[in-house]
Amino acid sequence: MKSIWPVSVLMILLAALVGLGAAVLATTYPAPHATFSDRPVVYGALPAPQDRARLASWAQPSPDGQWTWQLGDSAASRFSPLDEINASNVAQLKPVFTFDTGLKRGHEAGPLVVGDTMYVTTPYPNDVYALDLTRPGAPVKWQYHPQSQKAAQGVACCDVVNRGAVYGAGRLYFNTLDGQTIALDAATGHEVWKAKLAEISKGETITMAPLLAEGRVLVGTSGGEMGVRGSLAALDAASGKLVWRAYSTGPDKDVLMGPEFRPFYKQDQGKDLGVSTWNPEGWKIGGGNPWGWVSYDPELHLIFYGTGNPGPWNPDQRPGDNKWTAGVFARDVRTGQARWFYQTSPHDLFDYDDINESLLLDIPTRQGLRKVVARPARSGFFQIIDRMSGQVLSAKPFAYINSMKGVDLISGRPIMNPDKEPKEGRTTRNICPAAPGGKDWNPVSFSPRTGLVYIAHNNLCMDEGDVDTNYIAGTPYLGTEARMYPGPGGNRGVFTAWDPVAGRKVWEIREDLPLWSGTLATAGDVVFYGTMDGWFKAIDARTGRLLWRTKLVSGIIGMPMTYKGPDGRQYVAIFAGVGGWSGAIVSGALDPGDPTTALGFVNAMKDLVKRTDAGGRLYVFALPR
Amino acid sequence: MSLPCRVSLLPLAALTLLAACGRETRDFSNKMMDSPHRGAKFAGNAWRISNGARLFVWMNCAGCHSHGGGGMGPPLMDAKWRYGSSMSHVAYTILNGRPGGMPAFRGKITEDQAWELAAYVRSMSARTRRDALSGRADEPANVEPLPLEKRRRARAVTPEQDAAQKESSKIEGTGP
Repeated sequence: MKSIWPVSVLMILLAALVGLGAAVLATTYPAPHATFSDRPVVYGALPAPQDRARLASWAQPSPDGQWTWQLGDSAASRFSPLDEINASNVAQLKPVFTFDTGLKRGHEAGPLVVGDTMYVTTPYPNDVYALDLTRPGAPVKWQYHPQSQKAAQGVACCDVVNRGAVYGAGRLYFNTLDGQTIALDAATGHEVWKAKLAEISKGETITMAPLLAEGRVLVGTSGGEMGVRGSLAALDAASGKLVWRAYSTGPDKDVLMGPEFRPFYKQDQGKDLGVSTWNPEGWKIGGGNPWGWVSYDPELHLIFYGTGNPGPWNPDQRPGDNKWTAGVFARDVRTGQARWFYQTSPHDLFDYDDINESLLLDIPTRQGLRKVVARPARSGFFQIIDRMSGQVLSAKPFAYINSMKGVDLISGRPIMNPDKEPKEGRTTRNICPAAPGGKDWNPVSFSPRTGLVYIAHNNLCMDEGDVDTNYIAGTPYLGTEARMYPGPGGNRGVFTAWDPVAGRKVWEIREDLPLWSGTLATAGDVVFYGTMDGWFKAIDARTGRLLWRTKLVSGIIGMPMTYKGPDGRQYVAIFAGVGGWSGAIVSGALDPGDPTTALGFVNAMKDLVKRTDAGGRLYVFALPR
Repeated sequence: MSLPCRVSLLPLAALTLLAACGRETRDFSNKMMDSPHRGAKFAGNAWRISNGARLFVWMNCAGCHSHGGGGMGPPLMDAKWRYGSSMSHVAYTILNGRPGGMPAFRGKITEDQAWELAAYVRSMSARTRRDALSGRADEPANVEPLPLEKRRRARAVTPEQDAAQKESSKIEGTGP
């Protein structure tokens, strides 16, 4: 073909076009591992004041600027009324002091502050430090090193993490990896009592932060990957004696189900369903460990908590709904008797533990305010459940989901996607969300000033292949090989601002790495969170705009908190210490050459080794004087 | 045995080929052997290694160590060995456990099975005779089989180097 244009002119034009294209590409697309988070993607406007969710009427977040529980208050708000640090001055934050734990495993806990003392708890060996906030540099007042079994490290599924302590009436309560609950005198660090609730020889560990309610310390077991039959125990706060213990599987008398138990949905009504919805004897090694968060409503005398995945992961070995795993319980805190139960993932196929926190909110409806439990579930659905009856009022996806098509609000059951149902002997590809869920354990925050829930979560998918597995006490009980990778869009993490009343995203920030840190909302309209490569960020609670960030010594998987110091100033604290399931490649020095490493999570985290180091340092920030 | 094994040309070649025949031998005798001899016998035998690979899944080793990359337990495909890299060290660890969390499997498997597991564990980092190493790993169905070259990545060991490695002499694994 003959052209009227000389070839050389065409070449020049072509070169210019290519150059222009390259320039456009270079400015439009971030370089690999560039920050994905600078610009929030906006989906809609903030809800109008009358349409906003409210915190449960009795909730008193962070009274006197203290921080006595990992979630701020028993409604799980992680909201602080402190407002000295606000959107206009947060950019001036400077470190005031740091504290090194000397450990290099995942630091998921946040510190507590009561009066003029800060209490720091660490991952295994679960040391406790009291820091004097009245003196410069916050020197150690006392320290406590529990005696614990070293072998506990070998049965902890996902790094040797601990999620912190709770304070009440002059005492500090916390759990150790090898299954002890310990009460310390907060003034002296002397041991008041010790209780043992888990046996590592059976694969049982404890990683959760206990909750204090009506003189009881509530403690749940871990071990869903080891065939541990999960239970939640209530210990007498004064003596440490067992008051009640409710198992998550087995006959009604073990699960503490009696005449008070009135579940909303038909499939949960009947006798001993914790036995009959299993293969014979399967419930004895069936999981359902409540290793996450417990919330408490003092008016209803009810606690709310979720149960973990059924065991083994391979679903073909446990036909049935596998009650009462992967769901949420409401129980009377005084007797432990179950009031209602809702199963988020019946016959769970994907390790969708339902242990995420239960926010206690009041939601405006046409009939007036309704008391609800708001739950960003691992399945990726944001559930709104009636606090009294257990009825699911809405379940909208806050993460990308293709494993389930939705939730049938008549039956309460998820509508499964048959294409994504794993079967023994074959591989099921591209299941979203992956095993760590749309969101894992790391708690959200809620600001009554915006009516938004701030969710730091994942965007991961996986391939799953199942094989028959044997139960051997004290060893993993899985039968699943998984490998994970980034979900649609390529960003592995998302920070979502969610309107729980309308059930919609208001804005989101697309993060490169999975988000494994908690979030903190303050009355200064600033929200704090951290990334796994060590950026600690402050964003505008209304717009999501990045206001300030600083790079810390190690990746962040901890829970930010804020408090009023003895000098009246507002401080913000966060642990840098990468690890946990998501960061195990760094804290456990794992080998990415095998895609199934760490239950397949390492396959999605190969670059983390180059981007952060293991560490364990607490940072405390404040505005300059 | 196959034809090439019966044809001997030079004494040196004969030695090499005899060794090659041993890689497929299925020894069912219960004869007790001393550790170094036993280690070499198991580590250089394809049947033992493949038995070890199956036991690795059946006994839930894969639950902690994945397929060599680690998880709850340390990786096994890299060149770091907390408790020694020799066959007898690895077999000891499997049978008796270690204080950091490795459970003891004595009573759950036989001693021979522990040595088969040890042979497989060492093959993950290619610490084994090339001619006894399977061409593909028994990986789960959902991942592509790891090619032999990749498994040799951490440490390439020739039969000569492997034979030269003294039993129980090295606590921490080091390169050849």
